[in-house]
Amino acid sequence: MKRLFISLTVLFLLAFNSVHAVKIEFHDFKDKQQERLYLQLIAELRCVKCQNQNLAESNAELATDMREKAYAMVVEGKSRQDVVKYMTDRYGDFVLYKPPFKSNTYLLWIGPVLLLVLSLFILVRRIRSPEDKTLETLNENQRESVRDLLK
Amino acid sequence: MLFGLNNDPKVIPSPFIGQAAPNFELPRLYKKDQTISVKEMKGKVWVLNLWASWCASCQAEHRVLTHFINQEKVPTVGLNYKDYGTEDYGDAALTWLERLGNPYYAVAVDTKGMAGIDWGVVGVPETFVIDKKGIVRHKFTGPVYQKAVDNELIPLIKQLREEEG
Amino acid sequence: MIPEIGHFALILALSVSLLQGVFPLIGSLTGKSHWVALAKPAAKGQLFFMLISFACLLYAFITNDFSVKYVASNSNTQMPTIYRVSALWGAHEGSLLLWALILATWGGAVAFFSKGIPPIMLARVLSVMGLIGVGFTLFLLQTSNPFERLINIPLEGRQLNPLLQDFGLAIHPPMLYMGYVGLSVAFSFAVAAMIGGKLDAAWARWARPWTNIAWVFLTLGITLGSWWAYYELGWGGWWFWDPVENASLMPWIVATALIHSLAVTEKRASFKAWSVLLAIFAFSLSLLGTFLVRSGVLTSVHSFASDPERGLFILIFLLAVIGSSLTLFAFRAHKLRSSGTFSVISRETGLMANNVILVVMTATVLLGTLYPLIIDAFGSGKISVGPPYFNFVMVPLSVALYLVMGVGFFLRWKKDDGTRLIKKLWMPLAASLVIAVVLPLLFISESSIHAGIGLFSGSWVALAALMWVVSLGRSPFKLPLSSWGSVIAHIGMAMTVIGITLVSLYDSEKDVRLESGQSYTLADYKFTFDGIKNYKGANYKATQATMTITQNDKIVTVVHPEKRDYGRDAMPMTEAGIDAGFTRDLFVALGEPLGSNAWSFRIYHKPFVRWIWLGGVLMGLGGLLAALDKRYRRVRKIVLDPVTEKSNKVRQGKNQGSTQQGAGA
Repeated sequence: MKRLFISLTVLFLLAFNSVHAVKIEFHDFKDKQQERLYLQLIAELRCVKCQNQNLAESNAELATDMREKAYAMVVEGKSRQDVVKYMTDRYGDFVLYKPPFKSNTYLLWIGPVLLLVLSLFILVRRIRSPEDKTLETLNENQRESVRDLLK
Repeated sequence: MLFGLNNDPKVIPSPFIGQAAPNFELPRLYKKDQTISVKEMKGKVWVLNLWASWCASCQAEHRVLTHFINQEKVPTVGLNYKDYGTEDYGDAALTWLERLGNPYYAVAVDTKGMAGIDWGVVGVPETFVIDKKGIVRHKFTGPVYQKAVDNELIPLIKQLREEEG
Repeated sequence: MIPEIGHFALILALSVSLLQGVFPLIGSLTGKSHWVALAKPAAKGQLFFMLISFACLLYAFITNDFSVKYVASNSNTQMPTIYRVSALWGAHEGSLLLWALILATWGGAVAFFSKGIPPIMLARVLSVMGLIGVGFTLFLLQTSNPFERLINIPLEGRQLNPLLQDFGLAIHPPMLYMGYVGLSVAFSFAVAAMIGGKLDAAWARWARPWTNIAWVFLTLGITLGSWWAYYELGWGGWWFWDPVENASLMPWIVATALIHSLAVTEKRASFKAWSVLLAIFAFSLSLLGTFLVRSGVLTSVHSFASDPERGLFILIFLLAVIGSSLTLFAFRAHKLRSSGTFSVISRETGLMANNVILVVMTATVLLGTLYPLIIDAFGSGKISVGPPYFNFVMVPLSVALYLVMGVGFFLRWKKDDGTRLIKKLWMPLAASLVIAVVLPLLFISESSIHAGIGLFSGSWVALAALMWVVSLGRSPFKLPLSSWGSVIAHIGMAMTVIGITLVSLYDSEKDVRLESGQSYTLADYKFTFDGIKNYKGANYKATQATMTITQNDKIVTVVHPEKRDYGRDAMPMTEAGIDAGFTRDLFVALGEPLGSNAWSFRIYHKPFVRWIWLGGVLMGLGGLLAALDKRYRRVRKIVLDPVTEKSNKVRQGKNQGSTQQGAGA
């Protein structure tokens, strides 16, 4: 019985896969800035029941509703932070494709540049003071062989 | 990696646990001229169950849920999500409850689904447990089954009832 | 019957791989030359059996044999034959069979085309490839058997996801797999070289053409995937930093570093450790990619399978591969010290910086892809890492890369001089700055610093490359293919970055509602909705709109966006109407009927988007030219007699050209 319920749970989670047709909606905005804010938000917010799609691309009903909510808030004059807070209050940081800069994401945000700087630094240091410094000088016989080889 | 294999990447925890339940004031399915709101449930330990007539899993959980509600005498508000009043489903919700039985204290009609979003709905069914102070204490995603009821819900209800309002 | 033959052939392939993996290797270490001699025939045998196995499954698909579970789940009689063929690799089991076949093919190719490689080395290379083959055939037989039968044979199979019923997507996996698996050749050479203990320039020379060709396939495969996503998915996007996309990008970046590092190892007997490690990591990342796609660990639109048992198998295999090769590396570390020094300003430094930046880029993509998993494992919640993150961190890394790329063309080996470089480079530098600053001001209403940076990076590399050709002084037709390959590939990179910059910053889109006869103007182009009609395709029903696009009242083109319904178990598809152009794409997607003869449309203007894929094609072409350079096809007779090696070399002197130690540039 439990297995039945588990598979139904899985079914329910999978029930709303997005359709691959484009979902076209019409929205009116006060100005270009507002429109840009809306478009930016729906690109950065995740469709929480899809297999990795943002709100802009997803055809799922929930995504449509979330877009509605985002639109309603934007035309009300709410800021980007307001909409983000609303969504994260309800869905957690999971709903953001741009992870917030928090203690658990310091490594994520700073890591790459830090790694680059560190490795380039080590690189330059290693080149400046290489390990095998001693270059043997060849004796006459060895010079002959080298010249022959290079002919 | 090994952790990842056993983990389900799609189940997201509710950030509401420990927070105040989002309010709504929605028309009732059976008493059309009245509304049901979260605020009026204050002082009680209660359950919010999101369901819809088009949802197969909701039908599957219905018997277990009804049994739980009746046995523990937990006032449960059913949030009818994107169902009654929509173009696609009309009043299918009424027939559904008639057929399967109505265990709910009240049924709130959320035709547009905005209340659901307010509660962070991902799919139906979802079941929340709210304490006397109006704080959300538990979220159960998916159809409730007997074992979950016995191990999670009943002990929690008992515990919450002992707390002060 | 045929599926059983296929199954049996697979078992035989496993046995042969086992033979191939074990005996030649042991023979090479114990001096048993008849065991060593098993390598080539075993590799050819493995190829033979894998071909039979694959052919059997193919037969099952073509003849609609629904008694085979895999065929019934992925194909049906209504599908055009070509898609019944490509359905073979449309899901987990079949795609894995393709992987294994391609592995056997590369093994066979190495066995056939390796006249210049000493038998002992070749035996070891083929053994390693055999062992990898064992892993995959075992995986197939244990957890993912494509030949499983159904007891109740259905009359009709399921519909293949319509998204996969497309030419571009049909060849995308084979291309990618040719790349992933090709990297196993470089890996096998590196491991074989480590086993033998001879880690000088020779193994690099032998490995180079194979690695270049693998890289070409990977480049084309990724380019195809991006292009396909753009025209098929209907939202104008071409890269989403989805885990599976990243899984293909990471081995590609490392492979890029590898092809450059192998050049240094061959020419300067330097970068020995780099080349070995990069070869190990390139292949490991290919395997990691396989793990990610098939284990359900990460959520992705591309995910094949969500099966922890399969995931566990691949994970263990991956750890075994990485673990054993790194242990071997530790063992041989002392042989991997490069002698010879180079100064801070030198080609070596440039290429090492190149390696470093590419590795950091790979690590960054890996970090971002795995981060949600790590966070979750530590109980720190669930987060998402998507395009905003990746675009943000990859930009500075790319800029650093392109800067080095431009300079790299002119750097001399061992020691170069700053003033000489400035003399050579000031012209491309100045020209690039002009392009970066002036063009946006002239043509774009809202310029941004990002546009400037992107344009600068691209022009800098392209102009430096062209300048280099000019400065060589000889007639361009006298240049070796590898030089041409290099120039073309880097120009390809320049095109891609310019395309990415311009389309990301300056594209425009609009959702409109149009009635028959109405039009909308976007970016100077007028889109007029002419009418709508229905028609029936091979296995779908379609609704098609006609849209005329004009500019300044002159007709540019007519496009036909449509929607297709593939029937019961499939989702409706949009086929966008695209007018492709060198400097811009016009893209129209059909939406829904809105009553009273009106329909919704999404219209896009995508400037320079084609440059992204043209750049990819140029990169592939460049790599191919480099691999075909005749120096790799000259068969060298090198007598490896350890006692008189030195005297032989001196005697052979003039007649042999370069010797085993890579000499000269």
